[in-house]
Amino acid sequence: MSTGPTDRPGAIDARPLRHPWRWVAVALIAVLVAMLISSFVTNPRWDFPFAFQIMQQRPVIEGLWKGTIFGTVSAMLLGIVVGLALSVMRLSDNPVLRGVAFVYTWFFRAIPRYVLLALLGIGVGFLYNEFRIGLPFGQQISHLLGLKSDLTFFGLNWNALSSTIWVGVIGLGLSEAAYMAEIARAGILSVDPGQREAAQALGMSSGKSMRRIVLPQAMRVIVPPTGNETIAMVKDTSLLIAIPVITELYYQAYQFGQRSFKIMPGFVAATLWYLIVCSILMVGQYYLERYYGRGFGRTTARKNKRFARPGGAGGA
Amino acid sequence: MSSLPTGVSTRHTGEPLVRALNVIKAFHGAEVLKGIDFDVHPGEVVCLLGPSGSGKTTFLRCINQLEKIDGGRIWVDGDLMGYDDRGGTLHQLSDKAIAAQRCEIGMVFQRFNLFPHMTALANVMEAPVRVRGEKKSDVRVRALGLLERVGLSDKADSYPAQLSGGEQQRVAISRALAMSPKLMLFDEPTSALDPELVGDVLAVMRELAAQGMTMIVVTHEMSFAREVADRVVFMDGGVVVESGHPKDVIDNPQHERTKLFLKRMRSHDDPDRPTVQDARSQG
Ligand SMILES: Nc1ncnc2c1ncn2[C@@H]1O[C@H](COP(=O)(O)OP(=O)(O)OP(=O)(O)O)[C@@H](O)[C@H]1O
Ligand SMILES: [Mg+2]
Repeated sequence: MSTGPTDRPGAIDARPLRHPWRWVAVALIAVLVAMLISSFVTNPRWDFPFAFQIMQQRPVIEGLWKGTIFGTVSAMLLGIVVGLALSVMRLSDNPVLRGVAFVYTWFFRAIPRYVLLALLGIGVGFLYNEFRIGLPFGQQISHLLGLKSDLTFFGLNWNALSSTIWVGVIGLGLSEAAYMAEIARAGILSVDPGQREAAQALGMSSGKSMRRIVLPQAMRVIVPPTGNETIAMVKDTSLLIAIPVITELYYQAYQFGQRSFKIMPGFVAATLWYLIVCSILMVGQYYLERYYGRGFGRTTARKNKRFARPGGAGGA
Repeated sequence: MSSLPTGVSTRHTGEPLVRALNVIKAFHGAEVLKGIDFDVHPGEVVCLLGPSGSGKTTFLRCINQLEKIDGGRIWVDGDLMGYDDRGGTLHQLSDKAIAAQRCEIGMVFQRFNLFPHMTALANVMEAPVRVRGEKKSDVRVRALGLLERVGLSDKADSYPAQLSGGEQQRVAISRALAMSPKLMLFDEPTSALDPELVGDVLAVMRELAAQGMTMIVVTHEMSFAREVADRVVFMDGGVVVESGHPKDVIDNPQHERTKLFLKRMRSHDDPDRPTVQDARSQG
């Protein structure tokens, strides 16, 4: 092609850049996948038909609903509510609230969830049969004064509760709150301070401006990591056995494999259920993100109608 | 003291709507406001001029307590802002009481600060419904009326991100007016706008002034100050340098600092002159 200095360059017809390493990677992956499939087919210990059967067993389904899903939803709800409260405390002017929130986060981030669940399920029941909320040393004081009441305002029988899903919800929820507090704090800090000032200038109290103006905007930043936390929580419900609570997906599926001396199908059944639940959650997360992203980005086409004010000549 | 403080008007005899006496504000030990005296009478439009960093924004924010003052007193409509004066001893007001004081004061920000997750209409309705607890249907009618007044009836359902800067600022003015404030504070309401959008916002403000709203306007729009203001107050370095009728202050300034500032402003206003070099040669 002759391109004289006066010719204007035409359409581009260039050789594409080659990516030889991509092809090497594809080949490698193909080999690995083939090996896996070969194992599935030739090794009878996988026993997929039995895994599918386990997935449909009543105790497994019950464990999925009452343990895994119920546990996830309730623990996340508790975690979000307590976490939001903690994040607001962390950001408040009140040094007492800030301190409490800091210590809480410090403690619950440090303690492993398995240990926390065991502590709540086994340890607390060992310490107290019954929770009594009342004056410190209430029994002793009332004895001294010869009162009938033992100055207890509220009692809770922990033994009746100690190996139910509720202990799991409390443990996982309180632990989650520590993480949610950090997520919510980042979300709140991401909102332009001018938003809070505009709300306050309109006469909103700081609580109202937080609820109506700051938090809804912070949600845009809070929702994506909360989705991750929820997915992590689905998996952490398999720790409920520490309490011990056995109405839970993993333990039930594992038990089925154990009892029939076929270990692998139990694991496979649990894995497949976890994959399904997490996939559904990811779809839900997409819609939540879309909802809280409203008003950001120009989603609706702008009508470019210029408005004309009668007699409104510009002053500048 | 024999002479009246410079920011205090002498034309009016009635009670001022805003009275600031010896207002002092420091950030991290650095005094930004060094004893501001300032009166605004009902129905008056006061334009606050001054170079960057002179404390104009800070002073406006002190009036509605977005900043806490370190010294002096501010009264709005007879109420001492932020404190309860019980026989000479000041008691800090609660969050709620301060919020109630702010209801009477509308504020318009340089960067609009509309709530981005709400439509224009919802922005305007928010405070009357959530703060005053008024009925939604009533507020809706009023809010639509306010949006119509600023020429934005057709944008009621748009989100702020779908509006131009000028439109956003007019929604922000409607939002402030929805609380029927006694006083409106404007902090450079047009300085974040493209030049061709400034006129629409200023037109709304002119109309508001004509209707008798008491306004304190921080602005660099000299023609607006000249035509609309009843009084111009020039601030520099955290003090009021001079104050008076716009014609007097703008066309015949008494102080060196005012003269220098106005000279610079004029060179900015005139598009034919190379502003940057001009400012440099003078600074
Ligand atoms: N929150 C703050 N913390 C520390 N310093 C501040 C703060 N706000 C303002 N200042 C300082 O106070 C001084 C006055 O600021 P202010 O914003 O009131 O000036 P201004 O007159 O509004 O200027 P401009 O015309 O640029 O808006 C500046 O030196 C600024 O750096
Ligand atoms: Mg300013």
